[in-house]
Amino acid sequence: MITQSSIQSSLSPDPSLHGGLEDNSSALGDFLQETFALTKRLFIQLQRRPSTLIAGIIQPFMWLLLFGALFTNAPGGLFGEDLNYGQFLAPGVIVFTAFSGALDREFGFLNRLLVAPLASRYSIVAASTIYIIALSFMQTGVIVAASAFLGAGLPNIGGLGAIALIVLLVVLGVTALSLGLAFALPGHIELIAVIFVTNLPLLFASTALAPLSFMAGWLQVVASINPLTYAIEPIRYLYLHSEWGLGTLVMDTPWTSISLWAVILVLLAFDALVLLAIQPLLRRRFA
Amino acid sequence: MANAVFIDNLQKSYGSITAVKNISFQVQPGEIFGLLGPNGAGKTTTIRCLTTLAKPDRGTVEVCGISAVKNPRAARRRLGYVAQEVALDKVLTGRELLHLQAALYHLPSEGAKERIERLLELLNLTTYADRQTGTYSGGLRKRLDLAAGLLHQPEVLVLDEPTVGLDIESRFIVWDFLRQLKAAGTTVLITSHYLEEIDALADRLAIIDSGVVIDSGSPSQLKERVGGDRVTLQIKEFTPEEEAQQAKAMLSSLPFVQSAIVNPARGNSLNLIVKGESNYLTNIEESLAAASFPIFSMTQSRPSLDDVYLAATGRTLMDAEMAAAGRRDLKAEKKEEMK
Repeated sequence: MITQSSIQSSLSPDPSLHGGLEDNSSALGDFLQETFALTKRLFIQLQRRPSTLIAGIIQPFMWLLLFGALFTNAPGGLFGEDLNYGQFLAPGVIVFTAFSGALDREFGFLNRLLVAPLASRYSIVAASTIYIIALSFMQTGVIVAASAFLGAGLPNIGGLGAIALIVLLVVLGVTALSLGLAFALPGHIELIAVIFVTNLPLLFASTALAPLSFMAGWLQVVASINPLTYAIEPIRYLYLHSEWGLGTLVMDTPWTSISLWAVILVLLAFDALVLLAIQPLLRRRFA
Repeated sequence: MANAVFIDNLQKSYGSITAVKNISFQVQPGEIFGLLGPNGAGKTTTIRCLTTLAKPDRGTVEVCGISAVKNPRAARRRLGYVAQEVALDKVLTGRELLHLQAALYHLPSEGAKERIERLLELLNLTTYADRQTGTYSGGLRKRLDLAAGLLHQPEVLVLDEPTVGLDIESRFIVWDFLRQLKAAGTTVLITSHYLEEIDALADRLAIIDSGVVIDSGSPSQLKERVGGDRVTLQIKEFTPEEEAQQAKAMLSSLPFVQSAIVNPARGNSLNLIVKGESNYLTNIEESLAAASFPIFSMTQSRPSLDDVYLAATGRTLMDAEMAAAGRRDLKAEKKEEMK
């Protein structure tokens, strides 16, 4: 039963809830609370609109099947050692799927977040990253299973762990980058346009589809600074070799060979750079 | 006691368009304050500066004595905001959305749960609470947005054009709710280009036109200030300007006509203010007949806020709206919004 006085009490302002000028005690608690709530929202969306996930699983499967078939009759040994093209391609598809899944961000909802007293706007980045990483791991799992079925073999447990780490690092950087773009660009249409223009060139300018040795000299240079290459090459190595360590040389560039730990360092640096670079965008948008 | 909202000398441009030239007003704690003006007058820009969505180029913006520019987080905690376009996550249910909102405002989960149920009940949303908001009607969406805006018991609730696009019934529900809110002690700032909305709700108002405040006060003060009864007179449906001016000169000489304006936006109709003569309609008719002017139409009315607006700007609110619509640089505004 609603009485007049209970209406009054529910609708009255309560200044005691709103703290002082400075942020109150548990900034970390606030950050975790909002990050958890935003992540939960994304998973509810996924559960009620699973089409993104389904498409995200079908697409890499088609890549493997069709691209694999495209080069079936390529001369043996063309892709190095005794590799068929399906085996060569699987790491590229894993990385590219994670990459393109992390790119597209939509915010019909932004103003609601922007007028809220968030502890930090990095909670938006954190929630998106957690969500995209979970999504990418599901996709990666399916691709790894599918390519094993198509004859690409399966890395050992340690190798799978290393692949997971590499996927995680790529997704973190790309998610943050796309959030930065989403804030810098006027709207979602413009974001799609940017993705449309950059997506495939980034793919072709990496070693996802062909080894470095196939490329023109200038493209070799471009591919060697493309972060995607730094994720694809070590995964490819892990697919082919069961013996490896942090010091193993896993990647060639026109000028030097790079070890696994250096590759991971490069990916970490890429993430740190992106997170730093989007900071002013978060600030400006959310002054 | 500090003002609930204090805006002084506010200025904000989008590219080359100055949306807000110089706006100042104060809202007292516990009152309903209205910002009235045509679309494009600068109301929404003012609200965006207040709610920390846009950064003012110049001026002071304070909520309960706290600067929205220097301490945006503290200001946000004290503000509830109900935007014109309700942005709901269509996939979430009403209840889920309120729980998300509660977390964004860092309410402790125990209290939040109880409060959400309470607000759902107060706004008659309980039946719809577990349906996805994508299925909601406009009125339901607005009510859910109101609940979301009030979840953290803000000192000031800001509503931007809260009843645009709502059916009459939903509109009255919203009005009634805002009155309850005021009775409970929450300060309400509302923008509208509906005169009757501001007239019905606001304790005080500021009229905004082309980015400046042109008048402010309580509705009755403002109406009293313009005084007299109104007569709108059309000689012909579209009167030639010269003829309208002649009629104006003739009517101005009548002792009870206080002022006469030719309104070119309305086919040169005449707007008269009359005072101190109860039989003025007959009197005007006879004078016009004597000077052999025809009469296409003639209406009388008590002064309204529109007359306040007309007196201050020389045009009606609706004319101003038509003119403003052509002037906006929507692309620059959108771009700025996304920054």
